[in-house]
Amino acid sequence: MASEPAAHQDARQGRSAGQYLANHLRDYGMVLALIAIMAFFQVMTDGTLLRPVNITNLFLQNSYIIIMALGMLLVIVAGHIDLSVGSVVGFVGALAAVMMVNWDWSIYLTIPCCLMVGILIGAAQGYWIAYWRIPSFIVTLAGMLVFRGASLWLLAGQSVGPFPRQFQALSTGFIPDVLPFVKTMFGVERMNGFAVVTGLVIAGLIVWMGLRSRARNQAYGMVGEPMSFFILRNLLVSGAIVFVSYKLATFRGLPNVLITMGVLTIIYAFVTESTVLGRRIYALGGNEKAAKLSGIRTERLTFLTFVNMGMLAALAGLIFAARLNTATPKAGVSFELDVIAAVFIGGASMSGGVGKIVGAVVGAFIMGVMNNGMSIMGIGIDYQQVIKGLVLLAAVIFDVYNKNKQS
Amino acid sequence: MKPLLEMRSITKTFPGVKALNAVNLTVMEGEIHALVGENGAGKSTLMKVLSGVYPSGSYEGEIHYDGQLAAFSGIRESEAVGIIIIHQELALVPLLSIAENLFIGNERARNGVVDWHETFQRTEALLKKVGLSEAPGTLVDRIGVGKQQLVEIAKALSKDVRLLILDEPTSALSEKDSQALLDLLTELKAQGVTSIIISHKLNEVRSIADRVTVIRDGSTISTLDARGEALTEDQIIRDMVGRDMAQRFPARDSKPGDILMEVRDWNVWHPEHTERQVIRNACLNVRAGEVVGIAGLMGSGRTELAMSIFGRSYGRRISGEVFIGGAPADVSTVDRSIAAGLAYVTEDRKHLGLVLDDTIQRNITLANLPEVASMGVISEAREVRVAEGFRKAINIRTPGVFQKVGNLSGGNQQKVVLSKWLFADPKVLILDEPTRGIDVGAKYEIYGIINKLVADGKGVLMISSELPELLGMCDRIYVMNEGALVGELTAAEASQERIMSFIVRS
Repeated sequence: MASEPAAHQDARQGRSAGQYLANHLRDYGMVLALIAIMAFFQVMTDGTLLRPVNITNLFLQNSYIIIMALGMLLVIVAGHIDLSVGSVVGFVGALAAVMMVNWDWSIYLTIPCCLMVGILIGAAQGYWIAYWRIPSFIVTLAGMLVFRGASLWLLAGQSVGPFPRQFQALSTGFIPDVLPFVKTMFGVERMNGFAVVTGLVIAGLIVWMGLRSRARNQAYGMVGEPMSFFILRNLLVSGAIVFVSYKLATFRGLPNVLITMGVLTIIYAFVTESTVLGRRIYALGGNEKAAKLSGIRTERLTFLTFVNMGMLAALAGLIFAARLNTATPKAGVSFELDVIAAVFIGGASMSGGVGKIVGAVVGAFIMGVMNNGMSIMGIGIDYQQVIKGLVLLAAVIFDVYNKNKQS
Repeated sequence: MKPLLEMRSITKTFPGVKALNAVNLTVMEGEIHALVGENGAGKSTLMKVLSGVYPSGSYEGEIHYDGQLAAFSGIRESEAVGIIIIHQELALVPLLSIAENLFIGNERARNGVVDWHETFQRTEALLKKVGLSEAPGTLVDRIGVGKQQLVEIAKALSKDVRLLILDEPTSALSEKDSQALLDLLTELKAQGVTSIIISHKLNEVRSIADRVTVIRDGSTISTLDARGEALTEDQIIRDMVGRDMAQRFPARDSKPGDILMEVRDWNVWHPEHTERQVIRNACLNVRAGEVVGIAGLMGSGRTELAMSIFGRSYGRRISGEVFIGGAPADVSTVDRSIAAGLAYVTEDRKHLGLVLDDTIQRNITLANLPEVASMGVISEAREVRVAEGFRKAINIRTPGVFQKVGNLSGGNQQKVVLSKWLFADPKVLILDEPTRGIDVGAKYEIYGIINKLVADGKGVLMISSELPELLGMCDRIYVMNEGALVGELTAAEASQERIMSFIVRS
C-alpha cells in the first residue's frame, strides 16, 4: 500500500472550496437560511424586525424554547423523544406560583425546589424508559397528560399571580450597566456600555478560539475548512454578535435570560462535542448495542438524558411564568412541538446519533424569527401554523436528500 | 450443452469508480457456476446488472439470456424470465408465516381476496421440494437461518426459476445446514435449474460447482473447470488475490505461558425460556501467548458462552467463576469486564460492533475513551494520533480516519473493531467469528494480527465455524455441543474428523 499516503495527500489538497461546501451544505445551509429569513422579514416589516426592542423581544420570546432544545437535542441524539416538556413547563410554572403566591415562599427556596421537581419528573420518566425499556414516546405521552392535569389541579383552573419583582427579573430583567464610562467615551447618550463590551469580548474570544483550534488541527494533519470559509464564517458570526449587542445596548442592555441561555448553550455545546459523556450519548444513539458492548452503561446514560431534560424543562417553566408574570393552566401547551421541531430543523436525526447543539439553537431561532416576523406582518395564526409546518418538512426533506446524494 | 446466459464485456461505472471493466460471464444451461473474488471485486455489482437492479442503459455491454438479447429495466422483468437472486441478507418478513412469505408480491388471490387453501397447498408442495418439514403456517422468525434459506429457495421455485443466483448462501449456516443446502442445489440441478453461487468458501465451491469464474478488481480473471480433481483451492486463491499465497495461515512460534484466564463451572440459562439451560458447567482456560479455539455447530452455545462471560451480556441466572491472572475477576458488567482485562469482538460487527454512522476514529476509541481524555474532556488530537496509529499498524485501507465506518469493506470494518479492542488493552481477547464474510487477503492479515497479539503475551479465545481456520490458528481447541464443552484437543491431536466425532458422539 505504498501509494496510499500519496493518494491521501492528494485528497486533502485537492479538496476545493466547492467540494467542502457540498460536504457541509447542511451546516452552512441552516445558518444561511436563518440569515435569508431574517433579511426577508427585515424587508417585509420595514425594518421592525431588527429594531432594538424587537431583538430584545426575540430573545425573551424564544429563550425557554432554546433552553429546552438543548435538553431535547440530547434526548433525540440518544434515540428517544420527550413529549412531556410542554406540560412540565406548565406544571412547574404552576408549582412556582403556588409556592410564591399562595404559600409566600421566597424565590431562593422556590427556584431550587422547582428545579428539583423537574429533575424528579425527568427521573421518574427516565426510569421507565431506561430500565424498563418502555418506549419514550409512550412514557412521555403519559407524562404530557399527567402533568397537564396536575397543573390544572394545582391552579384549580385559575390563573395565579402576580409574582415578586425578583422572580420576574428571571425573565424580564436586564444586566445593569456596570461600565457607564463607555458611553461617555463614545459620546452616545442611550447606550449600555456593558452590553457593547461583552459583545466585543465574546466576538474576540470566538475568533481567538477558532484560530487556536485551527492551528491545533493543522498540526495534527486534520482536514479543516478552507481559509476563505474560516474567515467568512468568523466575520459573519462575530459581526452578528457585535451587531446584536450594540442593538441591545441602545435599548435596555443584556436581558438576564440571554445570559442564562448563552451560558447554557456554551456548556451544552462543550459537553456534547468535547467530553467523554457527550461522545457516549452519540454512540448510544448511533448503535445502542455496540455502545453497551463497548462498556458504556447505556441505561444510566439514557436515564440521565431524561433527568437533564426534566431540569431544563423546569427552568424553562420558571422563565416562562416569570415572563407572563402569572401561571395559567394553559401555559406551555404545544411547546414540546416547537422544541422538537427546532431540534429537527437543526439537523438531528429521528433515528438518533446525529445532531448538534448549535444546530438546535439555530433551528429554534429560525422558528422564532418566523413566528415574530409573521406576527409583526399581521399574518393570521392559521397561515403561521401552515408555514411553520412546511418549513419543518422542507428542512427534513433537505436533510434526507443531502444524505442520499452523498452516499 | 448450450449457454443459458452470456454477459459480454459488461462495464459499469459509478461516479469516480469503474466497478466493472469489460466483464465476461458465460453460464451453461444446467450447470452450477461459482463466482468468486475478494470483497469489492465486483461480484454483487455484476449480479445487480444481471437482475436489472441497475437497469439496462446504466451499463455498457450485452446480456444474452436463453439465446436472446435481454434488456431488463427492473427486477420484475428479470424475474419474469426466471432469473431469481437470493441475497446474503435474507428478504423474509420475520413475523409472517412461511406460506405468506412465499407468495409475497405474488399472492394466490381471487379479486384481491387471498385464497388460503391454494396458498397452503402450494406451500406444502414447495416445502417438500426443498426438503423442509415445517408447517406452512409457522412464523419465519421461529425457524433457524438454515431453514429460512430453504424458504427463500422455495420462494424462488414458486416463481418458476430457471437461473437461481445465491449470494453467500452458507455464510451464516452451520456445516450441517450448509451441506443440506448444497445437496439441494445439486438436486435442483438434476431438475434442470441452473445456479450461480457466490461464495468465499472454496471447499464448497470445489465440491459443488461445475465451473468457477474468478473476478478481481472488476475484471474477469479466469473461468476454471471444477469437475474432476485437477482444480485446487490454491489455484483459485491465486487468481483471486493475484499472487501466490504461500500458505493461508501465517507461521507462529507457539510459546504458551501461565494461565491467563480461567472459567469455572459456568452455567447460563436462556433469557426468555427460563427453564432452558444454554451453557452447562463450562470450564476452560486460556494461557498467555496461546490461541484457544472453540469449535461447534451453529447454536451449540459458543456465542452465548462468550457473551455471558463478557459482562453478562447474554442470559440469566448466570453462575460460575472467572479468574484472570490467577485472581477472581468481577465480570458482572461490560465495563467491569473491560477493566478486568477482557475484550469481546462480536460476530455481528454491523449490529453489535460498530457505530456505522460514526468515523473510524470515534469507533476506535469508544471502548477506552478515558485514555484519550483528561478530566472527562476528549483531546481530539490525541484521538487522531491513536486512530492513525492503528490505521498504519494494522493496515486499515482508507484515505483517513475521518471516514465513516459504514463506507468501509467488511475486512476493513473488522480491522476497526479489532483496533477498538486493542486500544482497550485487554489481557484476553475473545474473537467471535473474526473472519466471517471477509476476503482471503484480509483474513490473512487478521490472522497476522492475532499472531502478533499472542506474541505480545496476550491470550486469544477464538470462536469459528470454519474448522480449517481453527486447525490452522489454534494451539488448543475446545469442542462445544449443546451448551457443554465436550472435548479438548491440542493442535497436534486435532483434525476435522476428530472434532466432528466429538460433536456426533456427545
